[in-house]
Amino acid sequence: MESAGRLDHNGELSLLEFPYIIRWREDRCTRCGKCTAVCPTKAIEPSAMVQRIIQSDGATPLPDTIRRVSHIIRQVCDIDRHCVGCGTCSLVCPNMAIVPEYNPNHKFLFHKNRGGVPYKRGGRRNDPATSTIDKLKFTRISMLTDPALDAGRHEFHIRTLMGRIPPAESLQMRTEGNRLYLAEDGFIPPVREIFPIRIGGMSIGALSPPMWEGMAMGVAYLNEVENIPVVMCSGEGGLPPRLLKSRYLKYFIPQIASGYFGWDEIIHALPDMIEDPAAIEIKYGQGAKPGDGGLLMAYKVLKLIAKIRGVPMYVDLASPPTHQTKYSIEEAVAKMIQSVSMAWGFRVPVYPKISGTKTALAVLNNLARNPYAAALTIDGEDGATGAAFNVSMDKMGHPIASNLRDCYLELVKQGKQNELPLFAAGGVGKDGHLAANAAALIMLGASGVDIGRYILQAAAGCFGDEKNRCNLCNLGKCPRGITTQDPRLYKRLNADHVAERVVDVFKSAEVELKKIFAPLGRSTQLPIGMSDALAVTDQAIADRLKISYVC
Amino acid sequence: MCRLSAITASEYTSVMEAIMALDTMKEGHDGSGLGVTLHDLGGEFEQLKEYPILSGICNPVGRKKIDDYMEARGFKVKFMWEPRITEVPGSSVVKRGQYLATAYQYPDNYMDKSEAEKGTLLTQTRLELRRLGEVDGSLYVFSFWPDVLTLKEVGDPLEVGEFFGFDKEPLLARTTLAQGRQNTNYAIYLYACHPFFLEGYCTMTNGENTAFVPNRDYLLSRGVAGYNGYNSDSEVFCHIMHFMHKQLKYPIQYYKDVITPLKDSEIAQRPEKDALLLMKRSLRQLCIDGPNCVIGFMPDGTVYMTQDSKKLRPGIVGGGPGKYALMSEECGVDQVIPNRNKENDIIPMRNDFITIAPGAQEVQVWNQLEG
Repeated sequence: MESAGRLDHNGELSLLEFPYIIRWREDRCTRCGKCTAVCPTKAIEPSAMVQRIIQSDGATPLPDTIRRVSHIIRQVCDIDRHCVGCGTCSLVCPNMAIVPEYNPNHKFLFHKNRGGVPYKRGGRRNDPATSTIDKLKFTRISMLTDPALDAGRHEFHIRTLMGRIPPAESLQMRTEGNRLYLAEDGFIPPVREIFPIRIGGMSIGALSPPMWEGMAMGVAYLNEVENIPVVMCSGEGGLPPRLLKSRYLKYFIPQIASGYFGWDEIIHALPDMIEDPAAIEIKYGQGAKPGDGGLLMAYKVLKLIAKIRGVPMYVDLASPPTHQTKYSIEEAVAKMIQSVSMAWGFRVPVYPKISGTKTALAVLNNLARNPYAAALTIDGEDGATGAAFNVSMDKMGHPIASNLRDCYLELVKQGKQNELPLFAAGGVGKDGHLAANAAALIMLGASGVDIGRYILQAAAGCFGDEKNRCNLCNLGKCPRGITTQDPRLYKRLNADHVAERVVDVFKSAEVELKKIFAPLGRSTQLPIGMSDALAVTDQAIADRLKISYVC
Repeated sequence: MCRLSAITASEYTSVMEAIMALDTMKEGHDGSGLGVTLHDLGGEFEQLKEYPILSGICNPVGRKKIDDYMEARGFKVKFMWEPRITEVPGSSVVKRGQYLATAYQYPDNYMDKSEAEKGTLLTQTRLELRRLGEVDGSLYVFSFWPDVLTLKEVGDPLEVGEFFGFDKEPLLARTTLAQGRQNTNYAIYLYACHPFFLEGYCTMTNGENTAFVPNRDYLLSRGVAGYNGYNSDSEVFCHIMHFMHKQLKYPIQYYKDVITPLKDSEIAQRPEKDALLLMKRSLRQLCIDGPNCVIGFMPDGTVYMTQDSKKLRPGIVGGGPGKYALMSEECGVDQVIPNRNKENDIIPMRNDFITIAPGAQEVQVWNQLEG
């Protein structure tokens, strides 16, 4: 006889506490075992169940009760093996017999801290609500008084500038006859003309080899074949040695962050570089986890990653929250920008990336006074990450829209809005509206935007969403093979297919940007700061962003 | 769409000629206003070329404000002119107040100062008067500059011209800019009426400027006195010319490279490509996308015309040595200079920048691609 305590199962979790509940249909299941084999968290397992069946075999009803042992798929009620809703089971099921369903009444966060370890995950802020940038509309439509442009036939210049742009007043010009020439001397900061949507920093390590290679191939193709100059940031973790010495380096932005992972190899490759990189990004902060450094967990540090980063295998690679050798913004930023600039002979734009914060204006003002600062990237709270504490992702950070707008308007006040380009990141394309989000941020004052998770979702089918679906990136168990170093998993991903999709994404984004800019009557230059084109149906947002309210 | 009418000539011509030309283009404007700015004045102003002329409108309160302020600054009235107002029953024009064109003598302590210092004084004075008037609407000032006179009023251009009595007592100038206003997305407000003037630079424009906000924000942040107002999206065209020619000291034709920059591949064909590329990047926020036709004059009296490079708001230049008309439509040129050789008419294309030097002896077409 079991004790009462064991019979009532009190102290255990019921399925209703879990964020996803598996719906399994016995009548369709062939017991092939594929679903249990692919489940990344082992949330389902084969099990046996006794069934009571009433049957009648004769010519006249003669019900008979029998008990039969049946093989089933059971969802386990272990918090460490919770179903993440990725749906890989559905993907492999030949008979559509299984699917996870979201449980809006779950109590997952009440329990996911066993052993005193807070919940860590990948992904972005779990907030499925429409973001501010997605609420913005483009309402200044050219109608009759100023005919709209033709997105299909007119020539559009969907490009932006990355690098410090000298103010016109400071350009050293001389007039000869009726012509202007550049005076011989004077430092002209390096500037790159790029597509205004960049692939933001995601490291080789956080991403699997086929994912990173696929994106890199896509970027190279976009530049060399499609004439769309997309650039891609390495994230913290270096670049493959062959890429460093290749002519394709010019499409990449190596990132230097507080752990300096990969930089020994980069510096040693300098003499062999045949091209300069597009820029150098100094990461001071990340929107998804302000105050945290990068984190690559031990099970992702395999041979290739260890070699590129110059570290032993299978150790946690946690970058400090800040650059430890620096103690003040005046010294820290200026010295880092100058020393990194010097490494490439001042031929490469060097800019910082910070997480969205109320103190962004202080950083901005510092950069505005530093003539070597090439830009500023601000990463808002909706930025994604490969690994962070859930509390950091959900509750820390600053929305990008007002942070960017404040910075742009501050530059306008100083007359430097064309001098120091702002790049906005964090939640761009969160709901799939990549071009619209990018255009809205540009009209709020951004020179360009960064995407991260969007490209993983669009190019490789990342399952993650803002209802905490999947978000296993930190564990190296990515069922799509995107954020894993496990060859059994990343073999599922085809780098060529990723590259194709990257090309699709940027080609279609360019068309959509034209479809936005054409009715606004803009084509020659990116409409940076053209805030009269924007409106929103929320008065408070309109007031805060200094744009029109419409209803 | 507004209609533009400009005349530049070696002899003085009546402002009524430009207004008559506007009347021939009447289908293109709704008579919501007329603005004229004249440069190199004749008639009673011919002997007063070095004296700054304050142009504007005021009521008695405004008049007193002007007199008190100008006296306090040390300006002395040299000559007062007012149009001979003829109010016609049934006319669309309503008399707003007193229409001013008063020539002043500089304050004594400015007599020996440089032209730049005098110019700064004039701009500061105009801005302060404007500020005083904006409080209660008692006065409007359009220009305060030597040898320049501006008049603006709401109504059908021909009726406004007759209202000012130009048909009976012509106002004469060698350069005349007149715009017949088609009111679009702004309320009829005199400070939104073309032409716009700043320190010798004057423009009038038609069409709408889709890049207005970035243009405006950039100009506002330059810290240059006079870059304000912007009641019309076209005012930026005047200030862009002022900025690039007076502040940056670029030759006049680079205006085209600023507002409608070439593609980088086209810039590479120009001898001054290095300078042009940097200029294009640094002045990115002054680029426009049209549709606009801009006609203006420079402090030295050079008249120019140019268009946006995509939608090509039309413009035409016709005439001969001694007199040229720059108009939105050919019928306007026909009205002013009917007996010209039409084969020599010039319709500027997307890369063209037209200039006519003072004296109106020839039209120069500068092509951006050929540099």
